[in-house]
Amino acid sequence: MRGKRLFIAAFLLPPLLLYGLFVVSPYAQAFQISGTDWRGLTPEYEFVGLDNVRRLAGDGLFWNALGHNALLLLLLPVTTILLGLFLASMISVGGRRDRAGVHGVRGAAVYRIVYFFPQVLSVAIIGVLWSQIYAPHSGLVNGVLRAAGLEALARPWLGDPRFAFWCVALVLLWSNAGFYVVLFGAAMQAIPRDIYEAALLDGATRVTTLFRITVPLLWDTIQVAWVYLAVIAIDAFAVVQIITDGGPGFASDVVGLRLYKTAFTDAQFGYASTIGVAMFFLTLSVAVLFLRVTRRDRVEM
Amino acid sequence: MSVPGRVTPVLSHGFLAAWALLTTLPLLWAVLSSFKSDAEILTDPWGLPSRLRWENWARAWGEAHIGRYLLNSAVVVTAALTLTMVLGATAAYVLARYRFRGRQVVYYAFVGGMMFPVFLALVPLFFVVRDLGLLGTLPGLVLVYAAYSLPFTVFFLTAFFRTLPTSIAEAAMVDGCGHFRLFFRVMLPMARPGLVSVGIFTFLFQWNQYVLPIVLMQGDGAEQRWVLAQGLTALAVNEGYRGDYSGLFAGMTIAMLPVLIGYTAFHGRVQSGLAAGHLR
Repeated sequence: MRGKRLFIAAFLLPPLLLYGLFVVSPYAQAFQISGTDWRGLTPEYEFVGLDNVRRLAGDGLFWNALGHNALLLLLLPVTTILLGLFLASMISVGGRRDRAGVHGVRGAAVYRIVYFFPQVLSVAIIGVLWSQIYAPHSGLVNGVLRAAGLEALARPWLGDPRFAFWCVALVLLWSNAGFYVVLFGAAMQAIPRDIYEAALLDGATRVTTLFRITVPLLWDTIQVAWVYLAVIAIDAFAVVQIITDGGPGFASDVVGLRLYKTAFTDAQFGYASTIGVAMFFLTLSVAVLFLRVTRRDRVEM
Repeated sequence: MSVPGRVTPVLSHGFLAAWALLTTLPLLWAVLSSFKSDAEILTDPWGLPSRLRWENWARAWGEAHIGRYLLNSAVVVTAALTLTMVLGATAAYVLARYRFRGRQVVYYAFVGGMMFPVFLALVPLFFVVRDLGLLGTLPGLVLVYAAYSLPFTVFFLTAFFRTLPTSIAEAAMVDGCGHFRLFFRVMLPMARPGLVSVGIFTFLFQWNQYVLPIVLMQGDGAEQRWVLAQGLTALAVNEGYRGDYSGLFAGMTIAMLPVLIGYTAFHGRVQSGLAAGHLR
């Protein structure tokens, strides 16, 4: 039995050590630091109790950033999932319909490959690319508008507080939608085609089949997708930081960027940790709340 | 609805092609712009390059250090991925196949890490790494990447090791095979499909990291050791001031192409690996 103990220890201790040092201990410390006024320069700090929480509650910049995250939370999962479902059903059952039944479209394999491109690119590349696409003179968006004779619509997209946030939101949609087309497409493969054929014979429209057949049968996958997209919406740090850096002013600021700047620009590590704790509880409650609300009986086939 | 067969495919192809165009056009635009002169980029963002200016690529690779950043990324991810796979596989194997006290606690401690936003850890992590003297170093980044890849790796591989048949392992033990030999000679080769899936997922997770490097690669001389994601965004800021747009697009293209080519070659595996990582 000694051999077994030794084996378990040899296999489990190194990963536990690494994990404890770089993951568990920082997470635990974050809660502790969030109760201090630590500024990082000296090892001394004072516990300020709930002062940071009070400051957070009255911090207009934090609420401004949180408002943008909330907007993303409301819109990004829904639009991405709808677009993903729409395109995925186009691929798997949008093809020719004849006596033999419903078909997938031709070139489905190519679509699946291409749609996935943004998913394998790093956020850094996506961010830099889109900041160039939105550029006022050399950018693709204004270039297309001018080429189409719509010069009047061309504008400095990222420099205008009315548009900057929506420009970033579109990038998030662009970079995530393709993945869900592929994911939902794979899940749809498991749905027997004759269900669609029967529904269409009974006079159902494509839209009806999407909401009455596809959505219920894919419910589990959709739920997971929503949670993931919600996590992306609460984060959104990298894309925002690279494309607008929260600007102009604070027009596209998000909570993650608030935390990053509070910590690494202003060196207010205690308060930054409080923002981190807020993000943690936000993520947790959104996930729990969502799973509660959307729980419904599985449709068995 | 008399000839639905003719109407529907046109419509669905229209939508599908439109999205395909929206996905590829920006990427193609970056590649084309990498061959243009700065004047062409500024005056005609929409046009084709008048000739293939490979010198843009050379400038991005050398003067703008994209080559160095690419090498740093390759070194960090190779080391971190190896470390992740070794530590993840050993931990997962023990958690899946051995009964001992505290097993559940350890398992949930690992898996629970998937639920926490990395932002929560950012501030303390910075000081943990700094106090170890690892701030701005490649080994520091390797250890952190591996540590943050463990939750998913352990979760995925534990489930995978549980699906492997016990009969072969039992037969090997009866034949006097030790625990270590059993793992390396029998179980690890059997787990190959699982290792490949989780490996692809982890590779992309680490290769595309952004928050961790910008926080941890600070300090004197750290820019020598920047990874690609960080170097590229810094380049975007600097080239913006200097007006070297063609160099920026070339740098972007150099950063983009290896991943896109690798993905296209193994797209089936990459897609199933990422989908598996998603439906955890």
